[in-house]
Amino acid sequence: MPSSTQKLSIRSLWKVFGPHADYILKSDWRRKSRAEVQKETGHVIALRDATFDVAAGETFVVMGLSGSGKSTLVRCLLRLVEPSQGHVLVDGEDILEYSGKRLIQFRRKKAGMVFQRFGLLPHRSVLDNVAFGLEAQGINKRTRLDRALEVLQAVGLEGWEHNMPYELSGGMQQRVGLARALAADPEILLMDEPFSALDPLIRRDMQNELMKLQERIKKTIVFITHDLDEALKLGNRIAIMRDGAIVQIGTPEEIVATPSDEYVSEFTRDVRKAAVLPVRSIMTPPTLRVYDWQGPRVVLHEMGEAKEELAFVVDRDERLMGVVTGRAIAEAAQNGVASIKHLMQEPPIVVSADSTIEALLAQLLDYDWRIEVLPVVGADDELVGEVHRASVREVTLASKAGQPAALGQTQKGG
Amino acid sequence: MAQLRETLIVESEQSPTTGTSANETRRGWSTLLRITEGSLLQPVAAPLQALLALPKWVWLFGIALLVGSLFNFGRAAEVPEGLLIGATVARGVDRGVDWMVVNWDTALRAFNVTLLHYLILPLEKWLMGLPWWLVTGVVALVAYRMTGRVFALLATGMVVLMAAFGLYNLAMITLTIVITSTVLAVALGIPTGIAMAKSNRADAVIRPVLDLMQTMPSFVYLIPVIMLFGIGKVPGVIAVVIYAVPPIIRLTNLGIRQVDSSIIEAARAFGATGTQVLFKVELPLALPTLMAGLNQTIMMALGMVVVTSMIGAPGLGIEVLNGIARLEVGRGLLGGIGIVIMAIILDRITQGFSKSRQPARRAAG
Ligand SMILES: Nc1ncnc2c1ncn2[C@@H]1O[C@H](COP(=O)(O)OP(=O)(O)O)[C@@H](O)[C@H]1O
Ligand SMILES: [Mg+2]
Repeated sequence: MPSSTQKLSIRSLWKVFGPHADYILKSDWRRKSRAEVQKETGHVIALRDATFDVAAGETFVVMGLSGSGKSTLVRCLLRLVEPSQGHVLVDGEDILEYSGKRLIQFRRKKAGMVFQRFGLLPHRSVLDNVAFGLEAQGINKRTRLDRALEVLQAVGLEGWEHNMPYELSGGMQQRVGLARALAADPEILLMDEPFSALDPLIRRDMQNELMKLQERIKKTIVFITHDLDEALKLGNRIAIMRDGAIVQIGTPEEIVATPSDEYVSEFTRDVRKAAVLPVRSIMTPPTLRVYDWQGPRVVLHEMGEAKEELAFVVDRDERLMGVVTGRAIAEAAQNGVASIKHLMQEPPIVVSADSTIEALLAQLLDYDWRIEVLPVVGADDELVGEVHRASVREVTLASKAGQPAALGQTQKGG
Repeated sequence: MAQLRETLIVESEQSPTTGTSANETRRGWSTLLRITEGSLLQPVAAPLQALLALPKWVWLFGIALLVGSLFNFGRAAEVPEGLLIGATVARGVDRGVDWMVVNWDTALRAFNVTLLHYLILPLEKWLMGLPWWLVTGVVALVAYRMTGRVFALLATGMVVLMAAFGLYNLAMITLTIVITSTVLAVALGIPTGIAMAKSNRADAVIRPVLDLMQTMPSFVYLIPVIMLFGIGKVPGVIAVVIYAVPPIIRLTNLGIRQVDSSIIEAARAFGATGTQVLFKVELPLALPTLMAGLNQTIMMALGMVVVTSMIGAPGLGIEVLNGIARLEVGRGLLGGIGIVIMAIILDRITQGFSKSRQPARRAAG
């Protein structure tokens, strides 16, 4: 059963729409495909055996095509849609066992939801909309309006509190939606395609602001989207749904690098891999590393063995000190220089293994890249690998052409 | 298209010369119809085509009717005696009403007295006690707030005209009856409408009753109303309520069902109870529709004024009835004008109220 560190544990959750859902679940129908069940019985298996955990403070993104059951899933977490079978554990308690009163308390205090089409009350001012949940709780007017004002400020809407929702742009309306969800300071935030109705520019702003806000408030977020870029940007982990079932759960990197099946790779095909994948995923182990106390003759010998024109120099802690070229070493060997320390050059670019390939590309734009290979360092500046121009080009070209990159081969460096 | 038409015309021009060749007859109806298209026969062609398209059973039915009208069936054409239960049913209903009159006497009397002494009479006394110019002023003000300057002037003129006709006091009595029945209709109608909106079963049960209430000629239920409540203002009010309550029920139901389900879902998501959803979301958002229902109810109540006067409810209706009874055309006409003036003013004011709520509705979309 659930581990206690998880905020939210979903266990074998099913939802069947239709008058005889129980029968569908008890019979062989439950093993048949959604299309077949729908055609033969008119029932829709909207959620099929969904199981996952969400840790406290995590942003868990659920992604899938339209109709894949995302909205149903997130509604089941509040019992706005009553699940047909399974468990929804919040802090270890199964909310499906809650009585009506208990459930209402749960909705009021524990979770807040943001809707795709905002769901604001058109007859109430922005302020009263935000205060709605608190009002339902029976909190007195003064307190709830003060609190509403506070959250409105947090989402950047001060000054708009007395406007009506229809006087606001879409982006601003959704800020109201977000403020309303945050008003009761719930631990869980459920967001059903909150930015899908906004135009791309506004959407990006909202995503950035959500990320900034989340750094401060550290809610447990279940975020629904059909947009992979959004999922990859916001999610700590991503679940991919298809026909009501979860087909893969993983970090953004895992989803992009190792799609579990055709359906998932279909999604990830168009993504700009460079924006997601870390340099680590395309680097190879360094071909030649030399130590800064070694003499030019030794280094020259090693370079000859490895047939390399370039070597990375590290100190005794494996920290990258610089690069040396074959020509400089040969000259120094003839001139009888004792150490290579003075022959080292600053590497033109030091690449961190965890930065994205896109970040590397941005660095490269500032630099005329004649060198075919760059050193890659870890968190403590230790040399962990090298990255070749060819592999960078491969990834960037692949994402432009909409083709999956040959990721399997480039993984070995990690 | 044009080309097709041309060939058809050519064909139709040829047909008279070709006459009824064996070839033509074999091609049958469809050719005939095709030929007539685009020719002078075109107006006939379309209905003919429609007739041919009718299913077979319709044809059989028509033939049966034709045959039936050709023969004399004698007594066999009459409804058999054994089937005639109308008289029995009617007698049963009569007995039922008689029974109610006898057994519910105390309750009915109490109801009668309560309605009269705690609602109708105090309201009437209060309205009649107001100076006529004050009432005119209030009408002008409300009309101005709800509709605009032009109609405010018009309404004032109409009230003054009515007063000048000597109809002011009668109008106040009529207004009393209209207000009382509207209040009762709203008090009954809104909860009923809510019940219908919340339960499909209630909807299925009540809807035919409403249809019945609206199609049944009002004179039919005047008789039992008189038997149960006597004559006067109370039965008048009750008859009006029966007649005028369906629209407010229907439109309450409609208004609530029309509320965007995503807004209701959002309210539920934040822990609103059923009652909170009803009062904080559904009813406020249904208000414009509700107001339209209220408007219809008031209009129908005014429409019943003459009929209620037949069972002794005083007011403008009496003028019309007397005009009819004594063949005083002028008197009847003035009474009628009085009713029309009240209708216009109440209609515009309640419509104005309904419209002033519109922005909320627009944003709901
Ligand atoms: N109330 C309902 N009754 C019947 N079928 C429904 C209902 N709600 C959703 N569905 C069906 O369940 C499936 C999943 O819907 P949904 O969860 O809205 O998908 P998504 O949010 O991923 O687009 C769809 O096929 C949809 O038609
Ligand atoms: Mg959805």
